[in-house]
Amino acid sequence: MTDTDTRATEPLGPPPTSRFGSAISHVVTDLGKNGIFIALIVVVVLFTILTDGILLRPQNISNLIVQNGYILILAIGMVLVIVAGHIDLSVGSVAAFVGAVSGVFAVQWGLPWWLAIILSLLVGALVGAWQGFWIAYVGIPAFIVTLAGMLIFRGLALAVLGNANIGSFPAEYRSLGNGYLTNLFGEFEIDPFTIGIGIIAAILIVVQQVRTRSGRQKYGQDVEPVGWFAIKLVLIVVALGFFTYALAVFKGIPITLIILGVLVIVYSIVSNRSVFGRHIFAIGGNRHAAELSGVKTRQVDFWLFVNMGFLAALAGLVFTARLNLAGPKAGDGFELEAISAAFIGGAAVAGGVGTIGGAIIGGLIIGVLNNGMSILGIGIEWQQAVKGLVLLFAVAFDVFNKRRSGGR
Amino acid sequence: MTTNILEMRSITKTFPGVKALSDVTLEVARGEIHAICGENGAGKSTLMKVLSGVYPHGTYDGDIVFENETVQFRDIRDSEAKGIVIIHQELALSPYLSIAENIFLNNEVKGFAGLIDWNKTNSEAGKLLARVGLSEKPTTKIMDIGVGKQQLVEIAKALSKRVKLLILDEPTAALNDEDSDHLLDLIIHLKGQGITSIIISHKLNEIKKISDSVTIIRDGKTIETIAKADVSEDRIIKDMVGRDLEHRYPDHTPHIGEEILRVEDWTAHHPQDINRVVVDKVNLNVRAGEIVGIAGLMGAGRTEFAMSLFGRSYGTKITGKVFKNGKEIQTRNVAEAIANGLAYATEDRKEYGLNLIEDIKRNVSLASLEKLKRGGLVDDNEEFKVANEYRKSMNIKSPTVLAKTGKLSGGNQQKVVLSKWIYSDPDVLILDEPTRGIDVGAKYEIYTIINRLAAEGKGIIVISSELPELLGICDRVYALSEGRITGELPIAEATPEAVLKLMTMEKQR
Repeated sequence: MTDTDTRATEPLGPPPTSRFGSAISHVVTDLGKNGIFIALIVVVVLFTILTDGILLRPQNISNLIVQNGYILILAIGMVLVIVAGHIDLSVGSVAAFVGAVSGVFAVQWGLPWWLAIILSLLVGALVGAWQGFWIAYVGIPAFIVTLAGMLIFRGLALAVLGNANIGSFPAEYRSLGNGYLTNLFGEFEIDPFTIGIGIIAAILIVVQQVRTRSGRQKYGQDVEPVGWFAIKLVLIVVALGFFTYALAVFKGIPITLIILGVLVIVYSIVSNRSVFGRHIFAIGGNRHAAELSGVKTRQVDFWLFVNMGFLAALAGLVFTARLNLAGPKAGDGFELEAISAAFIGGAAVAGGVGTIGGAIIGGLIIGVLNNGMSILGIGIEWQQAVKGLVLLFAVAFDVFNKRRSGGR
Repeated sequence: MTTNILEMRSITKTFPGVKALSDVTLEVARGEIHAICGENGAGKSTLMKVLSGVYPHGTYDGDIVFENETVQFRDIRDSEAKGIVIIHQELALSPYLSIAENIFLNNEVKGFAGLIDWNKTNSEAGKLLARVGLSEKPTTKIMDIGVGKQQLVEIAKALSKRVKLLILDEPTAALNDEDSDHLLDLIIHLKGQGITSIIISHKLNEIKKISDSVTIIRDGKTIETIAKADVSEDRIIKDMVGRDLEHRYPDHTPHIGEEILRVEDWTAHHPQDINRVVVDKVNLNVRAGEIVGIAGLMGAGRTEFAMSLFGRSYGTKITGKVFKNGKEIQTRNVAEAIANGLAYATEDRKEYGLNLIEDIKRNVSLASLEKLKRGGLVDDNEEFKVANEYRKSMNIKSPTVLAKTGKLSGGNQQKVVLSKWIYSDPDVLILDEPTRGIDVGAKYEIYTIINRLAAEGKGIIVISSELPELLGICDRVYALSEGRITGELPIAEATPEAVLKLMTMEKQR
């Protein structure tokens, strides 16, 4: 045998294709990757038509954000938990518990609103640490630990409330759920402050996109064709403009949206660019390989649940603030909506795959379905059934897609 | 009419890019115990898979004649129906089910209305257990009996299928001496009842003890079949390794420096069976620029040694000292081991080495993300650049580093694993079976990379089941047997015969 002479040395370049062909293939793969985004647009268009445009009225758009804010906050934490191969069934109960505790702090004890909020978030983190301890260090499956947590913290919420509601929260606290940033420059029909924020946001998005693209080009990475890139930017800016206008003519920017915006930016960076975030994905993709690459899997699992507890607390505060009431039924079913949002948004059941953006869009799809069906006067029974089907089909579509591209 | 129960004629089996078997012939006489010998990867298991229908008729060339009848098996059920039963090295028993349930799994004893007749199941199982010399109750769970007894349950299961030809793949690899002896006695006993056996084994003393004839396979070809009278260890070893060692390995001129790593009295116990010593007072050292091999049979404790050393990733009750450049270091977890300049590339790329759903880039960077941090965040452009450099320098055949590693071939996956560890910039690399399951051309590339790393002054430990590979690339070879270092040979003195003798050296009792 003369194996020595036959070893391949030339690297395989990309197969040559025409520029037009590659542009088309770029658009197609982009559309494939953003299937969930297209699904959102389809749902929005569908319900806009069915509701004769009510869905896209300024007030309704603003409501959509405020009504779904707490689910979206939970979805951000949940998608990370799912990426690491876990699940958290307790978030609804934890939100209720923290809501109740915050009532004790802010109303019964009369602590300053900011201290009440900080202490409540701390309680959430401690709850997360409790669950993280059992999952990461004792090795009990997250499903069991958080199922127990679902019962434990629902029970504690009831105990804290002592069979009564706590209401009449301070105004600053309430603004977490139904406050608006508006009229900072006096009263106008179209709020200039909101418009200004919208313009700044648009500029930042465009600058960031262009910088990312040129950075990639500098490093010789494959980038999408200029034309398609520009079209996408224009679409984003138009959508943002419409959204900003809607907020500006209604009440301005909801505080909930600001919280959400900060969370999305921070957690997108954490999941993509921080070592912690990379470790989450590595664990979800192959726990053994991650361990053998020096990832401290237990620590990552632990902090992941601390983080989930913190976000569940935040969601509980926003919800309580919105209702101006800490009640025993708060947070009922939140966990299922948050989990659905993550899976509709493309997270893999086996872990290792999922994005913050996807989870947000998944949550918005559920929100638009809820909102649209309510406007149409469809009963809660059918709303449930439709949401169940959407979850099933979304995941089935994902599985089908993977099987086709994976060849298995 | 021949006296052969089985004839496999001119069997040729190719996998994409590799010819696993070429023109193999095997004749097994009725009522004998026939041993098949060969190195790992020689094609023994492939041959047995062809025989038992795991590779169905049509996926190979050649004929199988069983009991004077040409047979064409579509799957294992076909071959079992004819009385050919294979017992794999990894036992196929369900730990939470009882012995009886396992014996009749998928072959249930049915009674009224097609329901399982448990009384009959357990009494039949009891009879089978008596035949293999087990006194356990049929209702005992598999998890509650030891590996040796589990092996016997497998044989009882084979007997329940009215086996005529029993194939055992490395049956004693995981057993202690007492259990091994018992098992071998049983095989001889079954021979008395007219059951023919094929036994695949590395253990030459075992082969000499029980087999009536031995067939040696090397590089997918039959070398010869030796009758019992002519069997000698020397002859088997010569047949097993006697290939041309020239030109399979790149030239390597060692520039050996100071000692870089020394391990003293390294001991590790089995994680579940904590009284079992798996790694037994191992002492070894590696010098800068040196390629050191660890040779050992399956189950000798090679991987267990490496993984216990690398951040205690295997075993319990681990004791021993590690010195780097003369100073003692700790390797209590993987991060610490990496920080102290160790790297371990696993033998099992898919289970332990790669995140298969992630791309090349993120697999390469995983062990060194701290290095890619700019202002607290991972610089993904830099990450892309680094991965791309490795794609080129390691000749990873993929148009882009954004390709998922799950879609790469074995050789390219191995290059990704190596890239990950080279990028972590270790001083000592432990490479566990670095060329397992990859084709000859890629193997040569891997050897070249190993040489390059040694030339850069790194210490390399290579663990391999392929003895010629170790002899072809190493400067010095340790032999490991039953968790102990049984000897150390500089390459000049390391003849295959000498190393094999050390590898098979058993504990004095």
